[in-house]
Amino acid sequence: MSEPTRTAAPRKPRPSTAKAKVAQPPSTLLYEGADWDFDMLGRIFDSVRDIGERELGLDTYRTQIEVITSEQMLDAYSSVGMPLFYKHWSFGKDFARNESLYRKGWQGLAYEIVINSDPCICYIMEENSATMQTLVLSHAAMGHNHFFKNNYVFKQWTDATGINDYLAFAKNYLAKCEERYGIEAVERVIDAAHALQSHGIHRYPGKRTMDLRTEERREQERRAHGEALFNDLWRTVPGKGRKAARKTEVDRRRALLGLPEENILYFLEKMAPRMASWQREVIRIVRLIAQYFYPQRQTKMMNEGCACFVHHRTMSRLHETGQISDGSFLEFLHSHTSVVMQPDFDDRRYSGINPYALGFGMMQDIERIALTPTDEDRAWFPDWAGNGDAYSTLREVWANYRDESVISQFLSPNLIRKMGLFHIVDDKEEDEMVVAAIHNERGYRDVRRALARQYDVARRDADIQIVDVDLAGDRRLELRHHVLDGVTLEEKDADRVLQHLADLWGYQVRLVESDDQTVYAEHKADPMKPFV
Amino acid sequence: MNIIDRRRDPGGKSLANRQRFIRRARALVKRAVRDASAKRSLKDAGKGGDIIVPSDGVHEPVLRRSGRGGKREYVLPGNKKYIDGDRIPRPEEEGGGGGPSADGEGEDDFRFALSDEEFLDLFLEDLELPDLAKREVLGIDELEPRRAGYKSSGPPAALSVSRTIRNSLSRRIALKRPKPEEIAAVEEKIAALEAAGDEGDELAAARAELERMQRRLRLVPFIDPLDVRFRRFEQVPRPTARAVMFCLMDVSGSMDEHMKDLAKRFYSLLYLFLGRRYKRVDVVFIRHTHEAKEVDEDTFFHSRESGGTVVSTALEEMARIVHDRYPANQWNIYAAQASDGDNLPMDNSNTVALLREVILPMCQYYAYLEVGHDGDEPGHSGEPTSLWRAYEMLIGGDAPMAMRKVGHRRDIYPVFRELFQRRDAVAEAG
Repeated sequence: MSEPTRTAAPRKPRPSTAKAKVAQPPSTLLYEGADWDFDMLGRIFDSVRDIGERELGLDTYRTQIEVITSEQMLDAYSSVGMPLFYKHWSFGKDFARNESLYRKGWQGLAYEIVINSDPCICYIMEENSATMQTLVLSHAAMGHNHFFKNNYVFKQWTDATGINDYLAFAKNYLAKCEERYGIEAVERVIDAAHALQSHGIHRYPGKRTMDLRTEERREQERRAHGEALFNDLWRTVPGKGRKAARKTEVDRRRALLGLPEENILYFLEKMAPRMASWQREVIRIVRLIAQYFYPQRQTKMMNEGCACFVHHRTMSRLHETGQISDGSFLEFLHSHTSVVMQPDFDDRRYSGINPYALGFGMMQDIERIALTPTDEDRAWFPDWAGNGDAYSTLREVWANYRDESVISQFLSPNLIRKMGLFHIVDDKEEDEMVVAAIHNERGYRDVRRALARQYDVARRDADIQIVDVDLAGDRRLELRHHVLDGVTLEEKDADRVLQHLADLWGYQVRLVESDDQTVYAEHKADPMKPFV
Repeated sequence: MNIIDRRRDPGGKSLANRQRFIRRARALVKRAVRDASAKRSLKDAGKGGDIIVPSDGVHEPVLRRSGRGGKREYVLPGNKKYIDGDRIPRPEEEGGGGGPSADGEGEDDFRFALSDEEFLDLFLEDLELPDLAKREVLGIDELEPRRAGYKSSGPPAALSVSRTIRNSLSRRIALKRPKPEEIAAVEEKIAALEAAGDEGDELAAARAELERMQRRLRLVPFIDPLDVRFRRFEQVPRPTARAVMFCLMDVSGSMDEHMKDLAKRFYSLLYLFLGRRYKRVDVVFIRHTHEAKEVDEDTFFHSRESGGTVVSTALEEMARIVHDRYPANQWNIYAAQASDGDNLPMDNSNTVALLREVILPMCQYYAYLEVGHDGDEPGHSGEPTSLWRAYEMLIGGDAPMAMRKVGHRRDIYPVFRELFQRRDAVAEAG
């Protein structure tokens, strides 16, 4: 291909399309009809990127577009959408289910899959029409791509350049383990690790060890602060008397093991007394991959909102500049509206709040508030309402928030009214459910807070921590589920997971479910087939 | 931007995971396959298709908060009539029971599709054809190309690059073809000498050397037609085993539709099974009353005849057909006879003699299926039928023969399995 030479000359590629546009305005349709070919894809992408970068100010990873068939799309479902993945029966199960749903026509396939890697890989299906390809490229290759590169959660937790290499390593490593120790042995470890993978995530970045210079600077700042505040009188104030906080044996032990610890897989990897080193590595692989996907769970709604906003804006601009025909634009609107449709709660199709609908709604609303705010908007968002620069406001939002925080900061009364959001409380102590707040003056803040909590990953996942283990004694692993709102764990599942945990740990495991007042349940498991 | 066309990539990336899943759920899938096959119509007895296994068996547990109890808060869209403070009766547990919901995906069941191949594999797992090896016969026609060394001429597609380059390399070494870096070294030396202005002997020698090398380079080519090798193939005849299956059935008035249906199920199982083991399976249908006739499948199962019952006529017909069309030294012969057990009493000795003398020696396996009705299973409640008693004399020893009674559809598959279970497991059965 002539790609390398074109990219070698910076700032060169654009003029060719720009010139073509200038040469024969305004009816330079990118395509006609539904068929597409590779040159056309290239032209479409150039136009889409032109709008994305110049008008919306997007900043993306390089893009790699891969054209695949529907069979391959189905295949991709069985590896969590990644180009490479290790082998495990559970992926085969997902595949079998998707396949049978798809073949029966109960479920369609995704138009694209986009991967948070550098270069950003977009899979697009060959069946898509030219309009769909344009939509998909602006949605995934620009929208998602920008979000992956700029959002702070992704920046903090994922390494886009390394992920493909890491997956390749993981796949090879596990294949080698299977050769050496047998498929069953490896499968058992992966089963157990998968059962715990929702609790194999670091939620807070570790403390970075400071370099000497920073440390010294901080020391100086501290001393300066102390000198500035120095008052000799303080010397005369009677002190509390040094109560030597004597640490108990238990405290010392916990501190040594770094307890309490909420990342169960991490603890097992480092501390489990009976595991072989390859088993630790397998656990580590599952843990790191779960960590890689963690940001996606935190930003699902925003990510889609960003991508939908970008594709909507891009397609509209393409239509306005005469690069796509009216017919294509209608085709786009048809699929766009079906994607961002939000069925009401009493609709048969309702299955939770559609992240595309809420995300797109919020982004549009933010744009509106930035450009043409009402008095209400000015009262709610005094800092930025009517600042006139919608795109930079949006870029700021995309970069610095996640689902929970973006809702609690940016969900406006206008959108709450538009979607008719209301908040109900279902307490098992009561006979009936109560409507706590609706979309009115009194209810906006309550609805907004409740919705933000609904998107809070830390609230959705059960808070389970390893609290104690006496390595010199019976080595029983003590866990605690900090029960929130009286909601306990699904019992059957919890027992099974605990069984896996006991097998990994090699000794008894106990999980107590309690909050500050009540103990709700206790689960115990003894290792049946410990890993050795 | 980079566009890559992946459409030509080898597919089936998920195959390994799929196989792992089936292996994992093997016991469950096997049971499901057998259940499914009982409900199927005959035509697709061997087809793949939807399989439902209890999701419990392939469940992946995770730590999650349960769906019941405690205090819950929801934010829902699309409010129409509620105002704050309204109390709403708690809705019935929707879908919590796990029954199949509107779109057919129950919580408790996991549904997926098996391919024909996978289905049959599981369906006929650990069954075996008795005495398969004894008379496996070589077919004549099938030829198969097989690699057989190299040759010096052939089509370009068969060019063996590695062999060719190897020859070329050894020839180049033997004929001392100068290497590019040697020439470069000499050229460098000349250049150095010229630059130094040294016009002495050394330069002349170097130039001569260079010329000599270049001449040699021209004379000794990189690849000579002599070097070229092509892969050679030989046509090797491949042994193919073929089998013929005789279906014998009594169609006299006493055989009703139910009995025929049982027989038909048994035949179709046998046909499927033989089809897996032999590349080519012929089927011969012989029906009989007091006289036997070879017919086509449709007539075999659907037309009615009236008359007495003389089993030996069918055996004679079979022997004749074998003699005419399926010489015993070239075909594996299987026979399955279905009957309600009636036979003309005076024919029994004749039948037994025919079986013992003619049919059994040329058969790989002879299965006799006595069909009856559920509840009045002949032999269990009442007297054994006359044919049963007669055949009992044959069983035992090395005779490749087995007999079973079937009263209901659901027994067909177990009986079939029993007949074709691996031999070592059922030495005592009879």
